[in-house]
Amino acid sequence: MTGFEAAAGDLPLVLQIVIPIVAEIGLLILLLVVLTMDLFTRSTRREAVGFVAAVGMLIIMGLNLVISFAWVNHPFFVENTVLGGMIRFDMLATIFRTMILLAAALACLIATDVEGLGRAGEFYAVTIAATLGMCLMSASADLVMLFLSLETASISLYILAGFLRNSETSSEAGIKYYLFGAFTSGLFLYGLSLIFGFTGTTNIYAIAEPLAALLDEGATSGVLGVVAALLLILVGFGFKISAVPFHFWTPDVYEGAPTPVTAFISTASKAASFALLVRVFDVIWPDAAAVYWTGLLAALAVITMTLGNVLALVQSNVKRLLAYSSIAQAGYTLIGVVALNQSTFGVAAVAFYMFMYVLTNIAAFTVVIVVANQIGGDDSQDFAGLHRRAPGLALAMTLALLSLSGVPPLAGFFGKFFLFSAAVDAGYVWLAVIGVLNSIVALYYYLVLIKVMWVDQAVEEGPLSFSTASSLVLWVTGAGMIIMGTVAGPWLGWAITAAENLTAMVP
Amino acid sequence: MLQETTFLAPTSWYVILSATLFIMGMAGVLIRRNAILIFMSVELMLNSANLAFVAFARSFMDITGQVFVFFVITVAAAEVAVGLALIVAIFRTKQSIDIDELNTMEG
Repeated sequence: MTGFEAAAGDLPLVLQIVIPIVAEIGLLILLLVVLTMDLFTRSTRREAVGFVAAVGMLIIMGLNLVISFAWVNHPFFVENTVLGGMIRFDMLATIFRTMILLAAALACLIATDVEGLGRAGEFYAVTIAATLGMCLMSASADLVMLFLSLETASISLYILAGFLRNSETSSEAGIKYYLFGAFTSGLFLYGLSLIFGFTGTTNIYAIAEPLAALLDEGATSGVLGVVAALLLILVGFGFKISAVPFHFWTPDVYEGAPTPVTAFISTASKAASFALLVRVFDVIWPDAAAVYWTGLLAALAVITMTLGNVLALVQSNVKRLLAYSSIAQAGYTLIGVVALNQSTFGVAAVAFYMFMYVLTNIAAFTVVIVVANQIGGDDSQDFAGLHRRAPGLALAMTLALLSLSGVPPLAGFFGKFFLFSAAVDAGYVWLAVIGVLNSIVALYYYLVLIKVMWVDQAVEEGPLSFSTASSLVLWVTGAGMIIMGTVAGPWLGWAITAAENLTAMVP
Repeated sequence: MLQETTFLAPTSWYVILSATLFIMGMAGVLIRRNAILIFMSVELMLNSANLAFVAFARSFMDITGQVFVFFVITVAAAEVAVGLALIVAIFRTKQSIDIDELNTMEG
């Protein structure tokens, strides 16, 4: 199983070790480079550190893609988990690593303009550390690795959320995120200990079998224990993806944290958590437990979508609005997770949706950063008349909002379409119907903000200027949204390969 | 020569103890309003999980559970460092660590 003894002749040991974690090795080197560069750069020129971090992460992303496509189908990686059973090297990990690295690189780029972050080398270092944790999250195959990578990402994110020490809102965001996160990770860990107690193994690919035996016995204590473990683990994931009963931190942290950090938390962290959620729920629960977890997740999806959308209707602060919208988006994505048990397409839909969501949300938050930098606020009246002051920004924001609401020909349309068809495919027609109804409600608040930008009168006139970095980010994400929305085929094909990789090739 | 222990408490005793500690920690987080006390309760929860891991590791005669505990201790240490720093930061700006007063943002 662990791979060191099995098939060792097939592939040199060094390749067995290096290939699956090439992204993490790259990130570690980049982290050291960034820290060293921070020492030797004058404090007025430290934005350069951010550019190095961003370019470095894009290079790592490309390298990881090339290596993955070359090696992922090697029989050794197909048949084994690697690094002592800690890591699973497959296409699902690759697709999620790609979006995490992209989100992190774009977040570093947009941070270069922000007061208090742009010239702080340690900001980029901590971002890279968080990215490293998230990359490992998308490939974890063992409860130990799963917990460690989750905490590496979380602890770094607590620091990032509270990064502006002298700002009351940032410190408050940091401590709220921290207290919620530490509490839920305690619950999560206890769930893991119960799983270990029932099965005697920490390898997630070996857990299903003893769990199935336990459920087959039908003893009440066994069933109760498994359900308790499921609930505790679900709380941990619910916090990370901000699903509804565990979402209380989301609006405050999104509003209070520095905006590039908000962009990073809302995209990369959510994508990594969904990668982990999909992998864990696909492999550890035996069929006998499916009735419990699909039911729970379906309920979670419904309340998350509905409450997120309803609360978003009354928001006046754009960052809070995007926070509630991101809660609702997590709800839609959960539909795909519910469907994964019956239909391989569920995982593919989740991967596609997360990819489009990463691009879209980064675009939206970039516009928020530019507006907040120049106008000095992120309430929706600050966006009034944006089309006269900066047509490009207004256009980018409009594209992002329409993509989030699922209007064709943008990426969000196909994202929602695939999720809902996965639900129908798996026999959850009612869930798809609730999803569609929710998307219609959501359209309202997105359109209100679009109206504010294009119809309302601006308080001040005069064009807004923004940096090359921001406009580059907007170009990349805008192009991504349109390409994924018009030529969805190749991306979906990639997502389906990832899904088949996850479900078909269990070592 | 050391006397061999003749009595080993059954695993279920440890698990019951760990569940009790876990519930105490959880209650502490939910009831307490002081950030430091919440924080201590979280530590109690993590350590109750540690106790369960060690107990299960002994009953399975499998070292993995004990190795897990080492990692959890490390993570808890990192969490303490970051958490205390954040508590200091919030105390500097608000002169209070009562979490009910963390209400700058509403809506």
